Amino acid sequence: MSIDIETARRVAKLARIRVEEDALPALAAEFNAIMGFIEQLGEVDVTGVEPMTSVTPMRLKRRADVVTDGDRQAAVLANAPDAREGFFAVPKVVE
Amino acid sequence: MSDLNRLTIAGARDALRKGEVSAVEVTQACLAEAEGAGALGAFVHPTPELARAQAAAADARIAAGEAPDLCGIPLGIKDLFCTRGVPSQAASRILEGFKPEYESTVTAKLLGEGAVMLGKLNMDEFAMGSSNETSCYGNAVNPWKVDARALTPGGSSGGSAAAVAADLCLAATGTDTGGSIRQPAALTGIVGIKPTYGRVSRWGIVAFASSLDQAGPMTKDVRDAAIMLRAICGHDPLDSTSADIAVPDFEAALTGDIRGRTIGIPREYRMDGMPDEIEALWTRGTEMLRDAGAKVVDISLPHTKYALPAYYVIAPAEASSNLARYDGVRFGHRAALAQGDGITEMYEKTRAEGFGPEVQRRIMIGTYVLSAGFYDAYYNRARKVRALIKRDFDEAFEAGVDAILTPATPSAAFGLGEMAEADPVQMYLNDVFTVTVNLAGLPGISVPAGLDRQGLPLGLQLIGRPWDEAGLLNVAYTLERATGFVAKPQKWW
Repeated sequence: MSIDIETARRVAKLARIRVEEDALPALAAEFNAIMGFIEQLGEVDVTGVEPMTSVTPMRLKRRADVVTDGDRQAAVLANAPDAREGFFAVPKVVE
Repeated sequence: MSDLNRLTIAGARDALRKGEVSAVEVTQACLAEAEGAGALGAFVHPTPELARAQAAAADARIAAGEAPDLCGIPLGIKDLFCTRGVPSQAASRILEGFKPEYESTVTAKLLGEGAVMLGKLNMDEFAMGSSNETSCYGNAVNPWKVDARALTPGGSSGGSAAAVAADLCLAATGTDTGGSIRQPAALTGIVGIKPTYGRVSRWGIVAFASSLDQAGPMTKDVRDAAIMLRAICGHDPLDSTSADIAVPDFEAALTGDIRGRTIGIPREYRMDGMPDEIEALWTRGTEMLRDAGAKVVDISLPHTKYALPAYYVIAPAEASSNLARYDGVRFGHRAALAQGDGITEMYEKTRAEGFGPEVQRRIMIGTYVLSAGFYDAYYNRARKVRALIKRDFDEAFEAGVDAILTPATPSAAFGLGEMAEADPVQMYLNDVFTVTVNLAGLPGISVPAGLDRQGLPLGLQLIGRPWDEAGLLNVAYTLERATGFVAKPQKWW
């Protein structure tokens, strides 16, 4: 498995992290080192093995389907980089 | 009493109840020590006013009688825990300025017992690292020193380990996703326990890999670990994976009697190129447990070598999902935008500026292994290998093993900066002995067991049955008494 510059560019885009063009070759090389290490997993016979989903099988707790929280607009917005008139503000999304 | 900052939790608890010292005095001693320890880079957001107020309240509560064990005990809190009104930024630039409007369950429980928070402690960014070198605050430094080099305290809970080892606090909180409590504890000569997955609520702890993360105590001895662990355990409706299982009195389990217990020694942990000193330490530890009356058996955990590669699929995959929330909209850093930039540019620039290189690398690896066409080949395969790793342990426990003894780390503390040129995989190998425990969800504890030739501390790890922290702590306590480890770093800072 070899990760080329195009794949590195695509992954950075999917992850929403800006990577400058000149940094892509080094990034691809790092990915290759890590993925090379991960390739070992191919040696393991996993036929008939179910993926692990929990440490100790247990049923998730249920609770009454009622409102337990809310009415905290000020607290929710308190850490926003840009909040206006009770909303989070972002650059224009729709033309 | 002098050197109040050097007390253990148990020692301070007893002295506070006898009225020999006050919580205000113990807190003041820690604050003064921490203030003079800037060279260790341990405390990154000190909260002295808050600490003094909490200490005064604790003194009143102790005077009124019936105060819980941790009442008046000054603690350091890893920066990964959300603490109301106090910066909580996971050592990341992307959470610059973030002051939570809520308190994590763990810190709420500690503060509810009357514990005193001295401040927030350094760590690797988002708990991703094994040397505390990925922090946005700069390195934390190991108080142990043998030459001109500044050594790593380990990571990711490096600030917690440095603070406890240097007596800047009586104990600290840590979190452990692949070894982040046990590895730094071993490299600084302190005790660190990662509980069974689900023992401690993850609510309000900045998430890294949700199926692996657990919080735990980092303390000066095993008794303190038992005391502090009881305080933070228990079911929490706010964390659906926290277990509704009774929490025993862990301190009462410390009898020092392990006669008839079976200790497993896994042959796969004898790695190629393992330093002689680590091997010798492990052998000595085995003999000590045998001398204490335990039955020692060789066991096999055949999938051990696949634990790190499985971890480096599962942890980044979960991280890429968990860290998607850092988008510059609701909290933390937002990049300055250029004319005409839209929302995608805002996300991309914010995340490029806010995340350091190791975090970016792991997010992108996680994105890759979860992307269309690779999900089965990598992510699902890793989850199946994880099931096999857990099965290895299940079989050992079914065969009668009560606890497993291994080295905690492949080496003593290394120099800060020494791994800068190595490829990322070399750094990942630090967690080779600890990462299996997170994948299987088991409790694991690191106990200081000796000094190497240079004079640096080395630890041994004990791994327990699920939910048997009480039994595990008792074996650790027995080992601690047998090793008689009392060395402390010489103060240079």
